[in-house]
Order: sequence, then C-alpha cells, then structure tokens
Amino acid sequence: MNETIRELLTRVGGLPVAVTELEDGADLYAAGLSSFASVQLMLGLEEAFDIEFPDSLLNRKSFASIAAIEQTVSHILKAREAA
Amino acid sequence: MSLPAFAADMSLSARAHRVATVAAEFADRVDHDGRFPREAVDAMKAERLIGIQIPAAFGGEGASITEIAEVCSILGQACAASAMVFAMHQIKVSSLVEHGGDSEWHRDFMRELAGRQLLVASATTEGGIGGNMRNSICAIEVDGDVCRLTKDATVISYGAHADAIMVTSRSNDKAAPTDQVMTVFKQGQYTLQKTVDWDTLGMRGTCSDGFLFRGEAPSVQIFPKPFAEIAAQSMLATSHLLWSAVWYGIAADAVLRAQAFVRAAARKAGGTQPPGALRLAEASNLLQLLKAGILSGLRIYADAKADHDQLSSMAFSIAMNNVKLASSETILTIINQAMIICGIMGYKNGTPYSLGRHLRDAHSAQLMISNDRILGNTSTMLLVQKPDTSLLG
Repeated sequence: MNETIRELLTRVGGLPVAVTELEDGADLYAAGLSSFASVQLMLGLEEAFDIEFPDSLLNRKSFASIAAIEQTVSHILKAREAA
Repeated sequence: MSLPAFAADMSLSARAHRVATVAAEFADRVDHDGRFPREAVDAMKAERLIGIQIPAAFGGEGASITEIAEVCSILGQACAASAMVFAMHQIKVSSLVEHGGDSEWHRDFMRELAGRQLLVASATTEGGIGGNMRNSICAIEVDGDVCRLTKDATVISYGAHADAIMVTSRSNDKAAPTDQVMTVFKQGQYTLQKTVDWDTLGMRGTCSDGFLFRGEAPSVQIFPKPFAEIAAQSMLATSHLLWSAVWYGIAADAVLRAQAFVRAAARKAGGTQPPGALRLAEASNLLQLLKAGILSGLRIYADAKADHDQLSSMAFSIAMNNVKLASSETILTIINQAMIICGIMGYKNGTPYSLGRHLRDAHSAQLMISNDRILGNTSTMLLVQKPDTSLLG
C-alpha cells in the first residue's frame, strides 16, 4: 500500500521535492501538496483501492502524511471487510 | 439602587448603533475622498468594540462570531467601508483567539489589544502569487530571538492606520510556497513604503493600498501553528461570514431606502400602489433569503467549532464557500432592484434615496477572493465530497 500511495503522490502530487525523500510521517502540506493535488490524490486512491472516502474522513488530517493516508485507507478497507 | 436614567445602554447592539450613527454621518465624505473612516474607527475604540472577541480572561468580552456578525451588519447599514474595516480586523483577531492561546506572547498581545483597543490589519496578498494567499514568496528569517521579514504586499487594507499587522510568509527560505507562517508585527516594529494607490469604484474608505513591508520583531511573535491550519480553521469561515454580514447590511439599507421611496409615493397617490411596490416585495424576499443563508452559515460554524475535524472538512469549506457566493451575488440583485424602484432619485447622489455608494461598495463582494476562484475550489472538492442531502443535516 505504501508503494501505491508513493506512486500516486509522484504522479499527481506535484511536490517540489522527490517523493522518495519523504519520510512516512512527513507533513505533505508543508512539503507543498496543494488542495487541488490532494483531491487528485484522493481520486487516485479511490480508484487504486476501489474505495470511497466517507465525508467524515475528507479532512486535512486524513491526508496529512503518507502514514496518515495508509491509516485512512486501511480503516476503510477494514470497515468493508467487517461489513 | 437603580442606574440613573441617562446612563448609556451598554449592550453590544446599542454600542454598535452609536458607532453606526457616527459612521453614517461621514460615510459619503469617506467614500468621496477615498479616505480612512477615522471618526467611525475612533468611535469603535471609544465604545470598546475593537476588543470584544478577546476572551474575558484576557480583558475582552468573549463575543461570538454571531454577535460580531450582528455588529458588522449594523455598521454595514451606515458605512460599508467602516463595517469592512471592523470585519477585517475581527477576522485577524479570530486567528489570535483561536490559535494564539498556547503562546505566552500572543496571550499578552490579546491583553494589550483589548486594553488599548489596537486595530489589526492583514498582509496576506503578495506580488507574484496570483491572488492565492495560501502561497507565499517571501520568507521569514529567524536569527536567534529575532525575526525579519520583507514583503511586497500589494494590498494591506488600512495598513497605514493600523496599530499592528499580521503578515504571512514562508516559514524559512528553503520552505515550499505553501509552508507558511503568520507573524504579528506591532507598530514601531515595521516600516511601510507605499507602492500602490487604492483608488477604486467602491469600498474606497478601506484604503487598501499596497506597501513594501519591512519588519523586525522578537521571533516569539510568529504564530506557533502553521498558517495552513489558521487559514482553514478560523480565517475561511470568519471571512466569509463577517463579510457576508457587512454585505447584508448594505443590502438591508438599500431595501429600507426603496421602501421609504415607495411609501412616500403611495402617500402622494392617496393610497394607490406605485409600480415599484411589486419590486419591493421581491427585494424583501431576496433579503430574507440572504439573511437565512448567513444565519445558517453562522450556525454551521458554531457547530463545527466544537469539533476540529469538522472545521477542516470539505463539507464545511463548501458550506462556507456557498455562503460567500450566495451573499455576494444576491446583494447586487437586491440593490439593483432598489435602484429601479427609486429611479432617478436612487441614481442621483445626495438624495435620501441615493444608492450609488451601496451599489459601488457591493460590487467589491464578488471580487474579495474572486467568486470564480471559489467556484473552482468548490468544484474540485465536489469531485470527492458527498453532499449531505438531508434538510436538517
């Protein structure tokens, strides 16, 4: 999952730094993730993992770092398995 | 023991109305000369309205955004420029109140602001960023305990008349354009060199000139939180809501003038309804819609404040964007209808029914953060956000 997220970030994130140099916990907004790019990233994630982000998770915190995105996506996948 | 009958009514609304009386007296001169509404702002300070949002623990009154919006609308009915200065100041104060509580310097500044009624301006716009305040080119230089900043600020509303300015910048010279901080600079800690003149269609009294800002201050004056958080959690909502309250005030006064015109005409015609009466009913309908939209926005903000995740959610941003879009567009329709009702008496300056200033001031609304930019942001968010379609939700 980490790899898929990093691939997407490289493709749509438009960051001024190389994604490979970002640590999992690094603040993506501070690294230059714009709000438009973050939406592109969300769309990419929905497509890649065949999920839909519920409204409650559509906030800055859920997408603030690679680790946070992993947690958000896992949370949705787990909720789906449980259902 | 009861207070003497001549004691002034000290309710927020009564104080705001007293300031509005002063603002109304000078509104046309402020507009004509494009000068700062000094008399109205002095009256705000005398009535101690400048510090009302500061919590009581720091010498203020802990006024809510809803209460402040009411003051904005009262002032907006008298002089839109004075009301807008008040609104913009309170938007800066909301950043201080919501995000400065963890820092000793900012707590002290809150006390000073309330005590001395300090007027705070904002320098978020910069030459070269294309109007997007979430980007900065300039970077703050932190050198031990001191920070220095130079900014080509193309707009600082009432910059030359403020007692302090909050300035955004990149957090250091290697930071990305979106990695921003905001710093409070007090008068005496900066110089302003005027670069652009504010000679505009309306809102002439906000004196939103451009300046080359150069400041040096203790580095503790930098807000301890990233500006991205401040912008999302306090500025977005308070800007759209307080601006809308000012705009509502402009429109409400226009409807009042149109109604006075229709009434006078009906009296002369011995009770026969003048043709404008129908349009007045339409304008009153739109004014009510406008009011309902703002009140619902204020309620959404009050609910979201209790839950920080909600404050930074897309649903909340979209709701606030929608309040701004609706109010900035509706006021133009309302004032235009009022103008048609009053006819040449509304078009002319210096009559009791004059609406030129209202119409010109109101035209700024769709440009203060361009509605096209806001529509663009909302449409981006709607790519992923799922709207709550329930009536009460």
